[in-house]
Amino acid sequence: MQNTPQQSPITLRINAGLKKRYNTEKRFKRMGISAIVIAMTFLVFLFGSIISNGYTAFQQTYIQLDVSFDQTFFTGENLAAANFPGLVKKTLYSMFPDVTSRNDKKLLTQLVSSNAAFRLMGMVTKDPKLIGTTQKIWVLADDDVDMLIKGHYDRNVAESNRRINDKQLAWIDALAANGKITKKFNTQFFTSGDSREPEQAGIWGATRGSIYTLFIALALSFPIGVAAAIYLEEFAPNNGWTDLIEININNLAAVPSIIFGLLGLAIFINFWGMPRSTPLVGGLVLTLVTLPTIIIAGRAALKSVPPSIREAALGIGASKIQMVTHHVLPLAMPGMLTGTIIGMARALGETAPLLMIGMIAFIVDIPGSVTDPATVLPVQIFLWADSPERAFTEKTSAAIIMLLAFLMLMNGLAVYFRNKFERKW
Amino acid sequence: MLYNYTLPCILILSAAAFLLGRSKAQAITRHSGLRSLHSLPTHYGVLTAMACAIPAMMVFAVWQMAESPVITSMIVKNLPEEVRQLGANEFTLILNDIHNFVEGNIVSDSVNPAIQAAAEHYAELQAGARNLVFNLITFTMLVTTGLVYFWIKAELRARNLVESVTMVFLIGCSVVAILTTIGIILSVLFEAIRFFKAVPLTDFLFGLDWSPQTAMRADQAGSSGAFGAVPVMVGTFLISFIAMMVAIPIGLLSAIYLAEYANSSVRTIAKPMLEILAGIPTVVYGFFAALSVAPLIRDIGQFAGLSVSSESALAAGLVMGIMIIPFISSISDDVIHAVPQALRDGSYGLGATKFETVKNVVIPAALPGIVAGVLLAVSRAIGETMIVVMAAGLSANLTFNPLKAVTTVTVQIVTLLVGDQEFDSPKTLAAFALGLLLFVFTLILNFIALRVVRKYREQYD
Repeated sequence: MQNTPQQSPITLRINAGLKKRYNTEKRFKRMGISAIVIAMTFLVFLFGSIISNGYTAFQQTYIQLDVSFDQTFFTGENLAAANFPGLVKKTLYSMFPDVTSRNDKKLLTQLVSSNAAFRLMGMVTKDPKLIGTTQKIWVLADDDVDMLIKGHYDRNVAESNRRINDKQLAWIDALAANGKITKKFNTQFFTSGDSREPEQAGIWGATRGSIYTLFIALALSFPIGVAAAIYLEEFAPNNGWTDLIEININNLAAVPSIIFGLLGLAIFINFWGMPRSTPLVGGLVLTLVTLPTIIIAGRAALKSVPPSIREAALGIGASKIQMVTHHVLPLAMPGMLTGTIIGMARALGETAPLLMIGMIAFIVDIPGSVTDPATVLPVQIFLWADSPERAFTEKTSAAIIMLLAFLMLMNGLAVYFRNKFERKW
Repeated sequence: MLYNYTLPCILILSAAAFLLGRSKAQAITRHSGLRSLHSLPTHYGVLTAMACAIPAMMVFAVWQMAESPVITSMIVKNLPEEVRQLGANEFTLILNDIHNFVEGNIVSDSVNPAIQAAAEHYAELQAGARNLVFNLITFTMLVTTGLVYFWIKAELRARNLVESVTMVFLIGCSVVAILTTIGIILSVLFEAIRFFKAVPLTDFLFGLDWSPQTAMRADQAGSSGAFGAVPVMVGTFLISFIAMMVAIPIGLLSAIYLAEYANSSVRTIAKPMLEILAGIPTVVYGFFAALSVAPLIRDIGQFAGLSVSSESALAAGLVMGIMIIPFISSISDDVIHAVPQALRDGSYGLGATKFETVKNVVIPAALPGIVAGVLLAVSRAIGETMIVVMAAGLSANLTFNPLKAVTTVTVQIVTLLVGDQEFDSPKTLAAFALGLLLFVFTLILNFIALRVVRKYREQYD
């Protein structure tokens, strides 16, 4: 006997609408997926565009010169004062004997970076025995040659719209046919400071500046942040004053970082007379920027230590400070370190406040101390991004790749700390 | 010179003081038993070290701050009459010359004998004073250490003393946050007040024209500068609005999807990916906007027959929106997770689908938290600097067209303050007035948002 269920009018109505409701459900789920896919696409697009623009900067074009260190060039006492640019020119002219007009000679010498003369000078002053011999030496090519070799310049564009004209093109092809032009790993990029010439520019100066700045920021913000977190979490009475401090910290965490730069400019530089453009002031400003993050992370870490630890310590006669320094703080330390590393990673990427305190100056020398004028990696990226030369686009992307690598390293370290030392109670 | 080694000296002597104090306490325990001592021997050591280091550090810090003004005022008296009669600006230059000379830097002009003499005098005074201060510091350290050393006896409550000093340090560190806020307010407010003396407040807030290039000399032709902040504010809101139009739907939908629909394997991949977006420095986004997104939008615009500025608000806003997505999604994720499961179960029990539960139960319950998160995100968008500096324009156009170039508050602050300029011109001070505007606005947004979040947390705790 079959029992067909009696369908009430309500059930009928519900069933009639069911398909529509399920469709809405599916549509909503698809919207959620597409939101995530869009965000991922942006991420991939961003990384793709930066890596595709930047990876070529890790190689640089070099030209091989057959330099004959002729005695006639080194007549003076001081070897470093010899006419090295002249030597480079003479070498180039001898490689292309058919180039005779003054204008063409000038075009020819433009193929080699101005750095070549310095390189020869370095070699000769280091080893004077080179004089009188002929050497095959690889020197840096000019950035335009570099861009051409890497294929960033289109050869088919009309000559007037090209940075490299037809004659230079022919010379470069001749060099390439003889194997006298090649791409090598770009050590210059990792060892030198900023330069107006893209082929000579490097990130080491900015990296040093970043290290000094972060060192100051870490040395100040870690102890201050930990102490403030301990006070607020373990000792502060529950009153208006504590509330005020808490509201202040939460607000500071959301204040735009450029405002901290204004504070640094007005108080550290103009009022206290600290030197402009230095990692010292940069570090102080970044201390203030990162302090709220570190305090908030520190408090969370202290909060996660169970009260039984505190009670046990107090129970066997420890004072409150002993309880904190001997028991709670060591247990909370991994969490605090994680928070500090994340805060430092944020400080490493911070640009705007450092522009305010003049860390944007063009600095070729590699800073040697915290009071030397310096720039930092993100500001270097900003400066290069503003430069018109095509070769700087590549350098900027490469610097960004390095910056992101440092950030990933720091965040990876934070994750490692968290996984290794985190305790679930 | 010994003065340069003051800090290491203090450290070494303090370490010695620690050993000294501890050994005396240990001597007492050997003599009359461990239980006769009030505190641990280490506490006596730390107390002695503190007594050694703290007063010495104070003297050192006071002198570090006072040195330059004190010695400068001493040499100013000896400067020749005609130098002292100079105007304030030139006088500062002369003083700078003297300071540079003392530090062995290159001096701007040919050296004036009077300046050279003053510099030598300065160096002489500085060396003498520094010797004196070094001796004073050493003397202080010896005296305080000695006093505490002889004070140590079994009944001395060393632990309590050490702990109260530690407490003062802890409180001092937590006050840094308040000092920072005060510092921000003072630095921005004072300069802004000086600006408003030159430019009336109403002109600044309601003026429709912004061109801060003022003439350097009074008789120079050219603009006298216009400081109406309305176009700058409109530009800021336009870009922030575009950013929020990108970030709110994407951020919210992905948060809901991850919290309500996604299985754990999707979540473990998608969440860190979103966090990567949050960890990328803004200067990278700025470069990305200027290099890739802006040309792309311009090309699409050309294809569609629209004229798009290469520094369009759309490009800057779009990329800023991407930057803010993880911000919104992580806050929304938190608040959605805070909605009690019982509310969802109740809704499912009545036969609702997941979407209906989200729409009618979860979102209304989480709304205050989501709104607060959006407010915080707006405040971040308004204060964001590098993306707009690199991808938005410099000229202040009063327009709501997202395809045109507009400028923002932060862009103007950066362009007005980067580079060398005199600190008193309205042009420079205008940056601080804009800074004040930015600070007050973001402060209000943050304050409301944090209030709402706090209230909301209490609701379900």
